[in-house]
Amino acid sequence: MGKGIVHLLRQARRGQLLEVRATTLHPMETGQRLDSLGRPLARDIVRRIECRWGNDLVFAADLFPAVAANPYVSFFVVATTSAVVTVRWRGDNGFEHQEAVSVEVL
Amino acid sequence: MNPRRALLVAGVGSLLIRPARATVPALQQAVAAFTGGVPVGSGGQRVLLQIEPLVDNGNAVPVMVTVPSPMTAADHVRRIAVFAEHNPQPEVIVFELGPHNGRAQVGTRLRLATSQQVLAVAQFSDGTFWQHALDVVVTLAACIEI
Repeated sequence: MGKGIVHLLRQARRGQLLEVRATTLHPMETGQRLDSLGRPLARDIVRRIECRWGNDLVFAADLFPAVAANPYVSFFVVATTSAVVTVRWRGDNGFEHQEAVSVEVL
Repeated sequence: MNPRRALLVAGVGSLLIRPARATVPALQQAVAAFTGGVPVGSGGQRVLLQIEPLVDNGNAVPVMVTVPSPMTAADHVRRIAVFAEHNPQPEVIVFELGPHNGRAQVGTRLRLATSQQVLAVAQFSDGTFWQHALDVVVTLAACIEI
């Protein structure tokens, strides 16, 4: 399963409105917390989420430290043609993860 | 005029100089940065922010923003931003949308450091901005615990 989960219908009618729910495993360290010696723990968050229907960007979000750990986003997308839908997460310290879902559009 | 009078005039003059402008609250600055200075309208139900008014755990607060819109090429929502007034940093998330989304409804979970106002601002394809704000009471604050 890797570090991400994408909920999306695998089959849809052309033009159907689909809800996408996506989350990834990530602590979203805000940079506000202090360690036991009182030093701030460095900020380490997911910065950007992008969803592509095939090659077309259909959704993006820029995240800030106020997004809860294991960041969750939900959005809608219109089913156009059968394609591989990919959700990509990118963040600090080179964090990068991608989940792909094949959607068949009838 | 004699030096003593000049000094008095200078002294009084300095009292009449306007004080430095009070700092713009961080939330206002963040919203202005998002809108590029364009004024934001509210009311008219153009933006609907949904969030629990009483939150027991500020570490993961579900929020949903719905913006009624035909989401056509001519009339759609471009971006939706969520802000938290009294968090260490007001920006929470910025969504980028377009006609391919079909519906301008987005959700996430956010952290709230204290009881405060949460604000959603939507940018429409015609360049206008509309907002909806709600007050949230937080029992257990995020951001401060180890």
